[in-house]
This record gives sequence, C-alpha cells and structure tokens, in this order.
Amino acid sequence: MSGKVEIMQKEAEKIFETRELSVNMGPQHPATHGVLRLVLDIDGETIVNVTPHVGYLHRGIEKLGESLSYFQALPLTDRMDYVSAMSNNIGYCVAVEKLYGIEVPERAKYIRTIVGEISRVSNHLLWLATHALDIGAMTVFLYCFREREWLLDLFEMICGARLTLTYPRVGGVRNDVPQKFLDSLWKFTDEFPSRILEYETLIDQNRIWLQRTVGIGVISAEEAVSWGMTGPTLRGSGVAYDIRKHMPYDAYDKLDFEVPIGTEGDTYDRYRCRMLEMRQSNNMLRQCIEKLPAGPVMADEPKFVLPPKDKMMAVTHPTDMAYFIIEKACKGCGMCLRACPAKAITGEKKQPHKIDQSLCLQCSTCFTTCKFKSLTVVPGGKGLSDEKLAELAVAPDQLPEDIKEAQQNLTRQFDFIKKGPKAPEGEIYVATEVPKGELGFYFVSDGSGKPYRMRVRAPSFIHAGCLPRLCIGHLVADVISNIGTIDIVLGECDR
Amino acid sequence: MLIDTSATGLIQVEKDVKILPPNIIITTFDKIVNWGRLSSLWPTTFGLACCAIEMMAVGASHYDFDRFGIIFRGSPRQADCIIVAGTVTKKMAPVVRRVYDQIPEPRYVVAMGSCACTGGIFKTYSTVQGCDTFLPVDVYVPGCPPRPETLLEGMMMLQEKIRKESARWSPWR
Amino acid sequence: MAVTEVRLSWEPAALAPNDIAEKIKEKFPDQVIEIAVFRDQVSVIVKKDRAAAILRFLHDDPILSCDHLQDLTAVDYAKKKEIRFEVVYNVYSIRYRHKIRIRAQVPENDPKIASVVPIWAGANWHERECYDMFGIVFTGHPDLRRILMPEDWEGYPLRKDYPLKGPEFENDWPGFTEVIRRSKELREFEWEG
Repeated sequence: MSGKVEIMQKEAEKIFETRELSVNMGPQHPATHGVLRLVLDIDGETIVNVTPHVGYLHRGIEKLGESLSYFQALPLTDRMDYVSAMSNNIGYCVAVEKLYGIEVPERAKYIRTIVGEISRVSNHLLWLATHALDIGAMTVFLYCFREREWLLDLFEMICGARLTLTYPRVGGVRNDVPQKFLDSLWKFTDEFPSRILEYETLIDQNRIWLQRTVGIGVISAEEAVSWGMTGPTLRGSGVAYDIRKHMPYDAYDKLDFEVPIGTEGDTYDRYRCRMLEMRQSNNMLRQCIEKLPAGPVMADEPKFVLPPKDKMMAVTHPTDMAYFIIEKACKGCGMCLRACPAKAITGEKKQPHKIDQSLCLQCSTCFTTCKFKSLTVVPGGKGLSDEKLAELAVAPDQLPEDIKEAQQNLTRQFDFIKKGPKAPEGEIYVATEVPKGELGFYFVSDGSGKPYRMRVRAPSFIHAGCLPRLCIGHLVADVISNIGTIDIVLGECDR
Repeated sequence: MLIDTSATGLIQVEKDVKILPPNIIITTFDKIVNWGRLSSLWPTTFGLACCAIEMMAVGASHYDFDRFGIIFRGSPRQADCIIVAGTVTKKMAPVVRRVYDQIPEPRYVVAMGSCACTGGIFKTYSTVQGCDTFLPVDVYVPGCPPRPETLLEGMMMLQEKIRKESARWSPWR
Repeated sequence: MAVTEVRLSWEPAALAPNDIAEKIKEKFPDQVIEIAVFRDQVSVIVKKDRAAAILRFLHDDPILSCDHLQDLTAVDYAKKKEIRFEVVYNVYSIRYRHKIRIRAQVPENDPKIASVVPIWAGANWHERECYDMFGIVFTGHPDLRRILMPEDWEGYPLRKDYPLKGPEFENDWPGFTEVIRRSKELREFEWEG
C-alpha cells in the first residue's frame, strides 16, 4: 500500500515540477537606491540565491585621485557618499592631516564636529524617507524631506552649496561660521525631538511596519563582524564598535554621548538604532554650540596649508597691480618667457625682456621663476605706461612687507593647488565614523604632492556584499526591506 | 511660394526648404495637443548619482513637481520623458539606451547635471563623456548638482520647446 | 527587541602595535621581511607564501583576537620596487582595540596569493575588487570574477601602466561601441522638429 503512495508521489512531483525562476531587479528600479542590479533566483516566492551586480556607477575615483594633488582630490570625495557629503570630506581631511602630521585648531575641530553631526542627521533622515517609502509609508518621505530642507538651508548659509559641499579643508575649514547659522541651528535642535516623535508615532508601533521589519535580515554578532559590517548595521546586532569612541578624532572625545546598541540583529533593531542616533546627534549639536571656542579656523602651517584668502595679492589688489621687469637687473635668461602662459613676455637671449601689459594675466607665474630679482610687482600700476612703471618699480626684496607677504601667499596658493604640498614618504590608514559605517582612507605617499595610491574603504561596498547572506530564505518583498536596512548608496559602493 | 503638389503635401518656400502649409485647423490642433503634452509630462525615474537626490528634493513638498503636472512613473512604458540625472558609465550606457528605446513617442530627454551633459569632473576610463553621445538630448541642465530651481527652469524650458512643436502626431510616430 | 543606549568609553589599546609585530616575528621568523613604522602605525612586510597563515594566527590567537578586517587592498609599485604588487591587510581587534597592518609582496610574474575568505567572509568582495583592478589571483576564492568593470573588460585599470582616460574608442569595450553604433543608426527615426 505504501509503495503505491510513493509511486503516486513521484508521479505528482513530475507533473508539478517547478524550477527556480531567475528574476532580474534591474539597475533601473524605483526601490534599489541607485543603480544596483540584483539577480534573484526564486522558488515560488522564497529566495534561493541573490547575486548583486555592482559597478554601474564606477567612475574611477581612486585612479583619478592619483593624478590630482591632495587639494584637488578633495571635491572627488564629496561625490562618493553624496547623501552625507561633509562626512566624506572630514574623513579625507583627517587622513591627510595625519599624513602631514599637522594639528587642527580647536574651533575648527568643533565646527567640523557640528557639520559632521548635521550630516549624520541629514543622512538618517534620507535613509528613513527612502526605507519607509519602499516599504510603503509615503507620508514619512515628505516629512523627512521637510526637515532636510532646513538642514540644507543651514549648509547653504555656511558654504553656499546644498549637496556637494567641500567645506572642510586640510588643516581646518574653509571659513568661519556666521552667527546666523548658530542661531538657526539652535532653533533646529529645539524643535527636532518633536519631529522625531512624529515619525515614531507614524511607524514605530505600526502593525504593518512591525510585520515587515521584525525578524527580517537577522544576523548574529560574530557573523556580522566576519562579514565586515560596521556602523549602525553592526550595532543592531549587539557589537559595541563606534569609531567616535574607539579612535576619536575632531572634538568627539570632549562630548558626552551614548551609543545605541541593539540585541536581535534584525531590521527593526537597526531602525531603532538609527532613530536613537538621531536623538544623540541632536544632543551633541547642542553641546557643541555651547562649547564652541573662539580662535582661528585654519591651521598655521605655511608648508602644508592654503594661505588665508584676505592676505593674497589677487584679493588685496585685484584690479590694479602690474608685473614689470626692471631692465637694469634683467639678465635675459629666458625663464620667465618660457613660464608665461599668456606669452606676454618678449625678448632676445641675454637681452632685457619686456612684459606686454595688454596680454599679461597677472597670474604671477613669472614672479616665481626670476632668480635675478628683476621681476617686480607694482601695486596701482595697471594701465600705466612702461615709462611710468619704470619710475615706480622697486626691486622685489625692497617692496613693503605686506605686499611681499601677499605675493608669497598668491604663489603658495597656485603651487599647492597645482602641484600639492610635499607630503612625507610613508603610508597611513585612518578610519572615521560616517553615518553609514566605517569610512577608511589608505594613502601611500611617495614624497610628492600627489598621492601615489589613494584607497577608499567604503562601507556601502561591504554591506552590499552581505545582501546574499541576509536575503536567502526570506520572501521577495523582504529583499526591499534588507536593501533599505543596510543603507547603501551606490556612489560610495562603486566609487 | 510654390504649391508643390507632390505626395507629401509640403510647400516649397525657398530652394530646398519645404514646410507644412500653414493651416488654421492645424495650428489650433497643435496648440491643444501641445498644451496637453506639456501640462502633464511624466518622467521615468532614472536617478543615477548625486543629482538623483536633488531630483527627489524637487519631488518633495518644498519645491513641488506635482504642481507642474509632473509625476514620476516607475516604468518607461508609461512615461513621456527621461531625466538622466547623474554620471553615465560605460557599463550603464546600454541600459540607459534600452530604457530610452522603450518610451513611446513623443518622448523627450533632459540631461541633468554636469556629468550627464559632458562627463563632469570624471574624465576617466569608465565614464561616458556626456549622455548626448548616444541619446538625442532636448534640454541640458548644468550644475553639480543643479539647484532644484535650476531643474524646474529646465523643465519649464522643455515645456516651452513643446509649446513650439508642430504636427508631432503623425500616425506612424 | 530592546535597543539600549550604552555609554562606551575610550580605552587604550591592549597591545602596542610594535608588540604585535614582534609576536608575528617570533611565530613566523622566516616570513617577515621588514617592519615599517610611520606616525604610530606599524606595517609588517611579509612574503606571500604563508600570509594567510599569519592572518589566521592574528584572528584566532586569544591575546591578539583581530576579528575585524578593516580593509584589504593592493598597491602597484610599478618601477619603484623589485616586487611589483603588495596586498595590504588592515586588521583591528574590537575587544582589545589594537591594530596592525600586514603587507604581502606579490611578484608580477606569479600574481597569486591565498585567499582569506575562510577567515573573514567579508573579504569575498574585497578580493574580487583586487582581481578586477590589479589582476591578482586569489587561490581558493569561491567566485573570482570582475565586480566593478563589465565582465568582459580587458585590462586592469588601477595598474600604473593603464591610461587614465582609458582605451581609444576603437579598442573600447564592445558593449559601449555597440550602443554608439546603434544610436547613430536609429538617429534617422528621431523627431527633428
């Protein structure tokens, strides 16, 4: 009798033979946060295997960084994790400062902490907006963007841009913050906790949200560390690893804050970690504004750092300086003639050269090349005839001190941006805590002004590799939750 | 002006320049059709990189896209235009072209951001120097990323372009 | 389901990086070539033959316990050094808060090194990226194929002899030249306006 049942079962299996279906969640998809391609092998609705394909946004930032100086490579880092651009810049600046071995003034450290925490809040708001939108809660998207607009207005107040900022610089920050910014930020920190309460009221105890996030994407602490996860993704599983506490940088060692750690390692715990992190960041911002010390915002290291903008020749005398060659001192070596980008210098070999004022760009490239002290700058000399300039011209080492300093600053600015200040030979790895995890910069320097190897350790790249581990065994709809919970951004993943 | 009684029904204005005959029925019909098209331009979501965040910000409540009638559709088959927002890489180029090919006529292309217009700051081995190498672009919106107001201006310029179109309703298009 | 807020505090590292380097040198004396120090960070330069064993020792030893692989990458010292490539492993111990860097030298004529995927599962994608960008083959890797470039791309981009602007248009990736060619053909059907 049982034999007959077995034969019937085998026949039934042959008729209802189901194979796995391969579904492509293509690079263009509303719910993949950017250009991520997932090939799902599914059996019914359960996932058997997930193969993520990345590289659709690989722009070659690491190779490009090798051909640019340390200053020129700074805007490239903005475009990696474009949701929280300041934190990338801060990570880069901290790494290059360690390579140079320079110290940042206190005020600059606090300002960088402030903008770093604003970026953290802004990133978590966008994360919540897209995660909730994918799961189905559309109102949260609009609410989060309303808060984000306030933060982007704050960014615009200090540096003029909304998204790709490049405000921190190697050695400090670009310019000081206006008082308007601090007042508006204080008001924001007063109102923000009530807004977080709004979001939590909408989704925290919502039955649909709980069904879609509790028990999904569970990963234990040892496995999470082995897979290389960092940041809130790791802390949701119970591992207490926060670089702001383990290897503090900027002003984090002077602030008083707690780090939320989860227990279950599922999507809901990671969500709660990030919500609590937003509250902690709010607290930190208030502390920073209260403790902000006075002082300079850029380190005083002429060998490594850009000069202050208000003491530069092109800024103090923008329209009325003229470069002039003193005939008596000129030996006719031809160095300035070869260096001039506008081809404004004429002259025979061993004869005194002459600058054609109508073609001259006042770029001061010739000034640095002259070794015989015959090329000088005449402030207030623009538009004057050559004879008049000959009367007014003074030898370069007899110019007044402030003009000399301003000219030196201008030369330094050009040199540093084009060729880069020479870093000592060696290698360094520095990690910072960006909202998504651990962003690491590994620099190998060969003694010149350009990095020999610039390596970016992007948290999103590692987390995207963990998707197969999180998704297998769950349903297709849980893939969307998992992509949201690991918080990837493809610009950083692909670089 | 010669009346050209050939099969196409066009009028020869100068040597080798032929236009459709100005006709009061066609211009009014044009106006209605163009008004319909520009008032409800539905783009397909094609955010690639940083400009996608600004595009989402335009879609949110502060700078509202919906008041222009612009709603983001997920599938290219249901969309009117494509806003290429972000860097196009060589690996992604076939995908972009495929999505564009699936949009039914009449269709428009807006290149948003410096990377989509000309390749931006990434002159490397894997970046396409501008999406106009393989797509016919209607409006270029420069910026890195362009401010939301800039994108709105770009869409308004596209609307102006649509307003001036004539007879884009032939049966085989 | 409880998420608690923990007051973490900064603690000093249990072992100084130099001590860790000394321990490695004790255990594998013939593999260590050099110990380099720069700005309080110590690198141990080793031969590639037993690099995976050294990393297994760092991971399993109860005093060292380096459980977090921070980064795995490669550097191309094209003409500067005799041995062309170096695979760099940055490891960190979350419990004891100390870290060390291992650099394994990989020659150009035999660019193979043992994979560390059995130790850290997260090294999977790191090693695929190294293969994609430098051409270093990791023996024992479950699925070694290109990750950031298209699967049939020719050349290894991050090597120093690869041009920044990439290959000429004629020699470019066939997928891309195909798109350009097709778009030129389909241009006659586009609306001219």
